[in-house]
Amino acid sequence: MMFLRGNAACPGCPIPRELDALLEVTGERTVLVVPASCTTVIMGDTRGMPSKVPVIHSAFAASSAIASGVRSALDARGEKATVVVWAGDGGTGDIGFASLSGAAERNEDILYVCYDNEAYMNTGVQRSGLTPFGAWTTTTPSGKAESKKPLPKIIADHGVPYVATASIAYLFDYKDKVRKAKEMSGFRYIHLLSPCPPGWRFDAGLTVEIAKLAVETGIWPLYEIEKGKFRLTSISKVLVDKKKRKPVEEYLKLQGRFKDLKGEDVKRIQEEVDQMWEDLARM
Amino acid sequence: MQVTKGVVKALVGNHAVAYAVKQAKPQVLAVYPITPQTTMLEKLSEYVDRGELKARLIRVESEHSALASIYGAAVAGARVFTATASQGLLYMTEMLYWAGGQRVPIVAAVATRALASPWSILDDHQDFMSKRDAIWIQMMAENVQEAYDLTIQAFRISEHENVVLPVMMGFDGFILTHTMERVEVLHDSVVDSFIPPRKFNLVDFTDPVGVGPVAPPEDYIRMRFEAKKAMERSKRVIKEIFREYEDISGRPQHGLVECFMCRDADYVVVSMGAWSGDARVAVERLRERGAKVGLLKVRVFRPFPFEEVRDYLRDCKGVLVMDRAYSFGSGGILANEVKVSLYGHNVPVHSLVGGLGGMDVRPLHIQTALENLMEGKLEEERWLL
Repeated sequence: MMFLRGNAACPGCPIPRELDALLEVTGERTVLVVPASCTTVIMGDTRGMPSKVPVIHSAFAASSAIASGVRSALDARGEKATVVVWAGDGGTGDIGFASLSGAAERNEDILYVCYDNEAYMNTGVQRSGLTPFGAWTTTTPSGKAESKKPLPKIIADHGVPYVATASIAYLFDYKDKVRKAKEMSGFRYIHLLSPCPPGWRFDAGLTVEIAKLAVETGIWPLYEIEKGKFRLTSISKVLVDKKKRKPVEEYLKLQGRFKDLKGEDVKRIQEEVDQMWEDLARM
Repeated sequence: MQVTKGVVKALVGNHAVAYAVKQAKPQVLAVYPITPQTTMLEKLSEYVDRGELKARLIRVESEHSALASIYGAAVAGARVFTATASQGLLYMTEMLYWAGGQRVPIVAAVATRALASPWSILDDHQDFMSKRDAIWIQMMAENVQEAYDLTIQAFRISEHENVVLPVMMGFDGFILTHTMERVEVLHDSVVDSFIPPRKFNLVDFTDPVGVGPVAPPEDYIRMRFEAKKAMERSKRVIKEIFREYEDISGRPQHGLVECFMCRDADYVVVSMGAWSGDARVAVERLRERGAKVGLLKVRVFRPFPFEEVRDYLRDCKGVLVMDRAYSFGSGGILANEVKVSLYGHNVPVHSLVGGLGGMDVRPLHIQTALENLMEGKLEEERWLL
């Protein structure tokens, strides 16, 4: 075990398992760079940490830049290691976006993992650019009016060697992607949808179930873009066929954050998902 | 150590600092262009491109990322450097505190420049002085030679085992960055033996630690207390390193302050940076007329040399502090420090605020203010508008 149990994560939080699975693949010669996020708290304090690999904590907007520097120093020392940024959606797509885009454009030799719980959860559920349409947060009390920022697509448009989406419910798929990314060099990006029981308002026992439904309804397609080549992975391969996808309602109805959605909102979400799959089918 | 005669070159300030950086051999640099620093970045890019400086120069997308990336590199064991000015230094501010709080050896050059708004690309010290609480050692050069010397010394001071703090070397934008002067540079081998290989590294796979995690209050305040002690310890180390540098360069390095005709002076000008040269001229002119005036130049602003300032000024009849940065609602920043130094001593301290946004200040301005001071006609604070 590379990431110890008994850490400060909330009940039902997928982050410790996601981190452990990552480190099972990347091994002890990994450096984690962690900007302000839930993981800052989960990582313990000055008295001790659950990680068995070095961790460098980062100011909110700075993790891609810090990782670029760590990589450069390790190269100068001739040390082989995987430098990983482990960041939430706000630290990735909002405040950290400039440094992320800069590092991607420079094709820095780092693996960036965004664990996306779709809001500022560590500060108590505030809307981010990656909060989906219609979701309640404390700063969108009547639901978010805008759609989710399509981050994997934006990173892929930087022309980086590897971009993938993943889910805690499909652990083998996730670990395969980490393995593939580890063997490559240059800027690699994995975007993990990470259901958050207190933030999404669901029972802590349902984390994996909800992660699974996100994939099965087609809301969260599993894919990878390797050197520009797009490929659906795991169960998502068969979901191009609309009939194989579950209605989005099955995913939405389990979460308190969507409880005030109107019929037309659900219809809009379903239409957006269907449109996304038409686009994916053409990639 | 043996004094070996250096090589004389004609260099603008930005190129002199770049030359010092090349000789200090950092492994990782990250610099973002900003006037008046940019020609330093261009020179460093040439050095790296030609292989004269074997380092990675990260062409970052902002100053925030410039300091963040060399922070990461410094934590992982590399000697590092960045340079900036003005808005760039403000944009770096979050990471300045980040690096200072973690006490990571870093060297940054600041080509001082006014702050917007309104826009000005010209010199003053508002950028540099606004960073006085970021847990960085701050030194400031008077001329191109001193900018070169302090840059070499900064690497040694920053990495010294009794210090371990980031160091900021300020030098006046345009007035020094773009002015060509005679500079005596050291031989590479002399610099090599002056700056030992870097030992600092926090990334060890056999003993993994968390760098900069959450600190409970008792740990947090303890770390700040340790930083305060390191700052205080650094005074002695800086003076020792200056002396050692004096030996290898054959050039006087003075201490945290430089006294120019101030020992027997009744009235003393206190200044920092390039306009200390103008103050020298004013002092010399008045001395020729028999006035007992002198100059005390502050070379190291953080840690502030309270003892030296007090010892030189305690018996003066009046002090004229030249302020190129101002704390609005309070006063001239350097003047305030001088007043603190003289607490309990009955020495009137006057502040001459000038040079903001590049406003030209000449020896005559300083001479007039000194004359007014001697005649008892100088206000406590005067602005040169």
